Amino acid sequence: MSRIDFDVAHLLAGTLVLISFLELYQDRLYALLNVYALHALTLAASVAWQAFVQDAPHLYITAAIALLFKAIIIPVALHRIVVRLGIHREIENVVGVGPAMIAGMGLVALSMVVMLRVTEHADPLAREDLAFALSVVLLGLLMMVTRRNAVSQVVGFMSLENGLVLAATGAKGMPLVVEISVAFSILIAFIVIGIFLFRIRERFDTVDVQALDRFRGERR
Amino acid sequence: MVLIRDLAGQGAQMLLVLLLAPLFTGFVRKVKARLLRRQGPPLVQPYRDLARLMRKEVVLAENASWLFRVIPYLVFAATWVAAALVPTFRTDLLFSWSADLIAIIALLGSARFYLALAGLDVGTSFGGIGSSREVMIASLAEPAMIMIVFTLALIAGSTQLSTVAEFMVSPQVGLRVSLGLALIGLILVAIAENGRVPVDNPATHLELTMVHEAMVLEYSGRHLALIELASALKLILYVSLLACLFAPWGIGAAGASLPRLAVAVAVYLGKLAIGGFLLALFEISIAKMRVFRVPEFLGIALMLGLLATLLRFVSGSF
Repeated sequence: MSRIDFDVAHLLAGTLVLISFLELYQDRLYALLNVYALHALTLAASVAWQAFVQDAPHLYITAAIALLFKAIIIPVALHRIVVRLGIHREIENVVGVGPAMIAGMGLVALSMVVMLRVTEHADPLAREDLAFALSVVLLGLLMMVTRRNAVSQVVGFMSLENGLVLAATGAKGMPLVVEISVAFSILIAFIVIGIFLFRIRERFDTVDVQALDRFRGERR
Repeated sequence: MVLIRDLAGQGAQMLLVLLLAPLFTGFVRKVKARLLRRQGPPLVQPYRDLARLMRKEVVLAENASWLFRVIPYLVFAATWVAAALVPTFRTDLLFSWSADLIAIIALLGSARFYLALAGLDVGTSFGGIGSSREVMIASLAEPAMIMIVFTLALIAGSTQLSTVAEFMVSPQVGLRVSLGLALIGLILVAIAENGRVPVDNPATHLELTMVHEAMVLEYSGRHLALIELASALKLILYVSLLACLFAPWGIGAAGASLPRLAVAVAVYLGKLAIGGFLLALFEISIAKMRVFRVPEFLGIALMLGLLATLLRFVSGSF
């Protein structure tokens, strides 16, 4: 494998981690959705590059799915949901931006240390891609934990899934059937979550999930 | 003979940055105005402003100490020396043994320290506000800058600018994630250090928002001219630094012939034009942020520097 293949793959995966940090930084919903679209776009570019490098044409389909569903349909749909719910104001974070960023740094360090130790004899391209993918997954989880607004939790979930796709494509291709079924299950999950959001709003007049805790009788 | 040639090269570089600095400021202003569909002042306006300020007499506050009068010269000298250390069109500068990134940061830091003192010296409230804000921004920007320097030093194996630039041209450095992170971090630091739009607006005199202008509010005449020239030099220094570290193509290597150097100067001017255009484009497309959001902005730069250093440390190939 030539040097430039390796470098571009790294650069795209690194950009994905960087955009995950950008998602953590955004505190407005519209900006968050735009950054998420950028996240998915970078994922599509990364997968397409892997398809080119590994000479695996079926990965182009994965890239096309990422581009069509994740970079276009889901952000547009979320945008509409935000408009219809009328919640385009600030997001309330549970913790501030600074601590969230520091926690994110810690998670990236953790995934680097863990992945590079575990996969010592693997192909170097897959190895460092996996480290980046684990960081993206952990940052998605962090995003879900640090936000109270249900829409931004959905964005965290979706970017977590982007990390999974990155891991799968780095590891010398997963079968196309699995890939398509994952993509569609994500889409179904998205629809379910969308319906759920409206139900939560109807019931509690808010999409702040802390309201659910209150109704469950827990103390704040 | 060799010494004379080296001295001439270093002198040419120092004069070049000094002469280009007001032109670059004027260029950025012109591009900004044109992008906003205004005519804008002519490109030579900063030179005219400086000449006019030089001719005017200095008005000093009654309770200004000797420090207040000395500081413009100190600030200008420190900034000029720092700008002379950054390789612009050739790497074999006479002072390149001392052209250390850390030395440049120290020079700029001491210039800022003096300026903050001057803001406090006269005892007006604006000067105090400006100094405290400037020092707050500096205390956040400098750790980020140091982390970025660490990353570059880890990759290139040196903090000397000429060595780093030569290493970056060589084919052994490819696209690296940590270099990309360091580039973005350095751009954020440069914007904050120069007081450009999202952090501070260099064109405003609105008391609630100004940082740099509040500090130098009491200066007039030739003192103000020197401070304005120093801030123009600082801007061109950061653009040259970015060009030298991340786009060093076309820079004249050691022992380059005269026609080769002429090409290098032309390439350098081209890089400045691109940098100025991008800066203007960035400035018109973003609004100034609240002072209290600046720590978040610079926190991003610090985080990028940390991330880059981390990636570099954990795995050798990033």
